[in-house]
Amino acid sequence: MQHHQSKLETVLRALALTLVVLFFMFPIFWILLMSLQTNETILRVPPSVVFEPTLANYKGIITGRLETSAASLEINFLGNLWNSIFLSVTSVTLALVLGVPAAYAFARLKFKGSEDIAFTLLSFRFAPPLLVLLPLTLYFQQMGLADTYIGLIWVYQLICLPLILWIVRGYFEDISPDIENAYRIAGHSWFATFRKIALPLAGPGIAAAGLLAFIFAWNNFIFALVLASADKQPVTVGALAFITASGIQYGQIAAAVIMSITPTLALALYAQKYLVEGLSLGAVKG
Amino acid sequence: MSTLELRGATKRYKKDTVVDNVSFQVAHGETLVLFGPSGAGKTVLLRMVAGVVELDEGAVFIDGHDMHDTEAEDRGVGMAFQNFALFPHMSAFDNIASPLTVGANSKQVIKAGVEKVASLLKIDHVLSHAPRELSNGQKQRTALARALAASPPLLLLDDPLRNVDAKLRFEMRLELPQLLEKQGATVIYVTQDYKEAMALGDRIAVLDEGRIQQIGTPEAIYLTPHTIDIARLFGDPVINLFDVVGQRDEQGTYVELSGQRLALNEDKAACIDTDSVLGVRPESILFVPEGTVNAIPISIEAETPLNEKVVTLALTEGSREILISRPAGTDAPSSGQAYVSIDQSALMLFNKNTGVAIGESHDAKNSDGVAA
Repeated sequence: MQHHQSKLETVLRALALTLVVLFFMFPIFWILLMSLQTNETILRVPPSVVFEPTLANYKGIITGRLETSAASLEINFLGNLWNSIFLSVTSVTLALVLGVPAAYAFARLKFKGSEDIAFTLLSFRFAPPLLVLLPLTLYFQQMGLADTYIGLIWVYQLICLPLILWIVRGYFEDISPDIENAYRIAGHSWFATFRKIALPLAGPGIAAAGLLAFIFAWNNFIFALVLASADKQPVTVGALAFITASGIQYGQIAAAVIMSITPTLALALYAQKYLVEGLSLGAVKG
Repeated sequence: MSTLELRGATKRYKKDTVVDNVSFQVAHGETLVLFGPSGAGKTVLLRMVAGVVELDEGAVFIDGHDMHDTEAEDRGVGMAFQNFALFPHMSAFDNIASPLTVGANSKQVIKAGVEKVASLLKIDHVLSHAPRELSNGQKQRTALARALAASPPLLLLDDPLRNVDAKLRFEMRLELPQLLEKQGATVIYVTQDYKEAMALGDRIAVLDEGRIQQIGTPEAIYLTPHTIDIARLFGDPVINLFDVVGQRDEQGTYVELSGQRLALNEDKAACIDTDSVLGVRPESILFVPEGTVNAIPISIEAETPLNEKVVTLALTEGSREILISRPAGTDAPSSGQAYVSIDQSALMLFNKNTGVAIGESHDAKNSDGVAA
């Protein structure tokens, strides 16, 4: 069926889209403007969009020296950025290595208690993180895992693993078992079948789940705040350093935010096509 | 070529027994058709042989070896699925090549193998296409080519013509027997289409509710069906069935139809004073001139000319419907009153309550349940 749009319809549609984009993009746009201003111009009354842009905030973050009106402060924001990247990438990688085979097992083998185990894993996402964190802090201190990357990556599995497990499981379930049976009967082992048939066919779903897990891991705040000290903390926690005794450094916070959302934004934009395709592919049966 | 034997194969899903104590043997190079309505357990049975469904009881033997501990990939069977089950992310070539990539086959060997079977099935021009770019007929041929590619000694075909259009089905029904003969494989062929079963099978196993109802040559199943249901499933137009009660006088056992006496062999004596069903194939009824001995008067209701035959629907004096089939071009009245006679050698008789055939048959298995 061909649907012809009238002129009015086109205009209204464009207007509606513009409003939606403005609504969602405005905070990011505003942060971008803030990051190019000094604290004085940000805080003036009334606020104005007319100002002389400065890169001082970015310079301060990159050089690690924070110049405030009162004093100069050492800050290690680039270290935080590296921590974010390292923690997110390793956590998602580990979650994929563990979660994808598990998802396959949950999808294909209906063993006793499989639903219960799968649900228990999902329920990690229901519990408030603090509930887990307080006892975990004690355990981690005894086990020597407090303030280590390994400990953090382990705890990050609470975020990544259930997500990957449940999304990818759906994709495996959507693959007709006959397609895998056909490959087995053709003479290939189950592992070859998993590698050559199940993995490629669930590929878009695995990519989408990985990307989502990455974004969740990247945005996590509370785990690293409680379990790690300054040199292991990601950007989300690192940004707290800008709340100083002499006042809140809005300009630097804005610059830090811009720098910390850039990697995920770039990744999401790049993978947008796969993400949408991957997340909707499972919903529509061919 | 392989031999195949099933002994007491049983499969249950929860409390549902989908395959119930099925046993049969298939000889070297034989084609056995598993025939039955959907839900009869045909596909599950086939998957048991392939090794992708585990048996709850019983055993599968290929070439005399118990397959209990043999995985699907080591059974050396080829299988074509009803839904084709092509690998969507691979080209037709790679699909067909998949059984050949096992082991140390060189690229040339694989290529030659694929091209050979592809040209046999006339799909050599679409080998580079992905499955989604193939027509239904090409998909079906690709699936078949994949099953044949490694020349497996045992070939399992799960209703491969189910999802293709009528024209292609007709073509393939002609082509397949030659193809299977060329392969020289032992074949298990699943279908719901009795014509396909008759055309392809050396023997047919009729399956219903997970049990084998009858196993025998197409002729045996057509001429001496074990139950009323089997008699109904085979044949187009469908068999005529009349409620009768067997009688006996000094000349022997007989039933009466429209006042005419139809003599029965002594082996059908079990029908005496019992509610029975008389089965008469429409082609066993002949139009005869008035006054012929044993002629049954009918009044013709309608006539349907099919290409190769003419089917007449008529009523007997007792207002029982009767279908008569005759070859096209033969002379017969097409309306009004007429007379027919029934070929008494082709009568079938069933117990009305149990639906089981009465009398001796060509198939030893048919004898159970008759003794009473």
